[in-house]
Amino acid sequence: MDLRLEGVGHAYDTVTVLEDITLDVPSGHIVCIVGPSGCGKSTLLRFIGGLEQPTKGRVVQVGSPPPGSLNPLTYVFQDFALLPWRTVEGNISLVLEDHGIKGSESREIISDVIARTNLTGFEKTLTKKLSDGMKQRVAIARALAVRPAVMLMDEPLSALDSQTRELLMDDLVGLWTRTPFTSVYVTHNLAEAVRLGHSIVVLSRRPGKVREIVTLDKPLEERQLGDPDLEKTQKHLWSLLREEARTADTELIDG
Amino acid sequence: MADASLSESNKGTAQTVRFRGGGFAPKPRRWTGIAVFVVLILVLEWGTQSGWISALTLPKPSDVLGTLVELHQSGQFTAHMVPSLTRLAVGGFLGAVAGIGTGILIGLFSYVRSGLVPLIAALFPVPKIALLPLFVIWFGIDEGSKYALIAFGTFTPTVVATYGAVDNVDRTLIRMGQSFGLSRLSIFRKIIKPGAMPGILSGLRISLAIAIILLTAAEMLGAEYGIGAYVLQAGSLYDLDRLFAGVVILSLLGVILNMIIGFLERRLLVWRV
Repeated sequence: MDLRLEGVGHAYDTVTVLEDITLDVPSGHIVCIVGPSGCGKSTLLRFIGGLEQPTKGRVVQVGSPPPGSLNPLTYVFQDFALLPWRTVEGNISLVLEDHGIKGSESREIISDVIARTNLTGFEKTLTKKLSDGMKQRVAIARALAVRPAVMLMDEPLSALDSQTRELLMDDLVGLWTRTPFTSVYVTHNLAEAVRLGHSIVVLSRRPGKVREIVTLDKPLEERQLGDPDLEKTQKHLWSLLREEARTADTELIDG
Repeated sequence: MADASLSESNKGTAQTVRFRGGGFAPKPRRWTGIAVFVVLILVLEWGTQSGWISALTLPKPSDVLGTLVELHQSGQFTAHMVPSLTRLAVGGFLGAVAGIGTGILIGLFSYVRSGLVPLIAALFPVPKIALLPLFVIWFGIDEGSKYALIAFGTFTPTVVATYGAVDNVDRTLIRMGQSFGLSRLSIFRKIIKPGAMPGILSGLRISLAIAIILLTAAEMLGAEYGIGAYVLQAGSLYDLDRLFAGVVILSLLGVILNMIIGFLERRLLVWRV
């Protein structure tokens, strides 16, 4: 299943936050969205998953989701959004229960996603006791459990320290290499974008518009920390964003 | 200079860095609370025995204990406790259930919130005891008016605590539930209810203490049996032994209710370690 955004725009009262966003998310690709803070990239992601409605344009699903997909558009949130009163298993079973998946079928799915996200041994742990990196692994496992057609990742690594972030990036690359998934990946971290993105959409500051779409052809598993090609792209991205980020930084919050 | 060794000039003036952290973190100290009670009672006993505290000011703790034993042996303890506990249980239960229900509705629905929050704010500061005559007319002089008074008094603080607790449930968890396509009922049962539970239970601590206060007040204003009636009788006769015996019972009742809520918290909120 592909996703297409057709002229998506949004305005709160008189302030236009997003304008005429048109882009394609082809199946099996990771599309990164980068932009200065306040450009509306997280808002755009909420439109894609149907948590908010744009005032203009529409988000279209092209083709039907793969059979067995319980929740075609599935989020991974920046702050994990795990229930602290449930265990690792319980948090994953939460999203299966409503689809009537219980007992052995549920256990099978849970143990599969737990193995894929390197969480084996932590099934019965309350999520409150886990480190941030482990928490985000649980959130990724939970997203995988509903077999999504597109994973909508809202700054999934931004709450983690830089070492944990490296580890999780490797995990995501590993996950994608074994079974390619489709994802829209919002981040402000350009290093993440060049490591994980098949294409990188650069948004401008308010109103957010598509400024440039950079495509990277190097396979994900060959991209390493400090790769000269990636650094070049990262520099290019930064040259696009630098001035806007500076303006965004000196701007008062909500005038 | 890149060399990391210490500079020559400062040698010979070495001093351990003075510790200035710590503190500001109270920890539970077992038996301290009980020790305070024991010391206080011993001082009172010694003071009243030696005549340093006159018998008109305070009764001897040993006499109060004697009164309690006598109360128990004469069967009067049960005669007073059963109606009191029934009133507390019925009134407190009705008030708490109605309060939690209303609080949840206020927390979830815009119209209920806009309609009821001002009303609750208007009812909260009204001293419920002042309404007892009204309740007597509405619900009769018997148990009805006492149940109503206690229920009403427990209701308002429970409502306020409950909708505050529902408001405090992390919105990102609710968005998460919606994003996974959970039904509204599932979101309520699996996210809002457990998320609001800590706030509701700590609200109940306050509500139930208020219930005990109102129980005593209601019984003082028209009851033959009950701890409140017992205390009132003793008070009007200046029978300090019995007055204090009644007060001890009320205070123990409060401690026991608090322990029950503490037990519930440990059972229901295991995850909050």
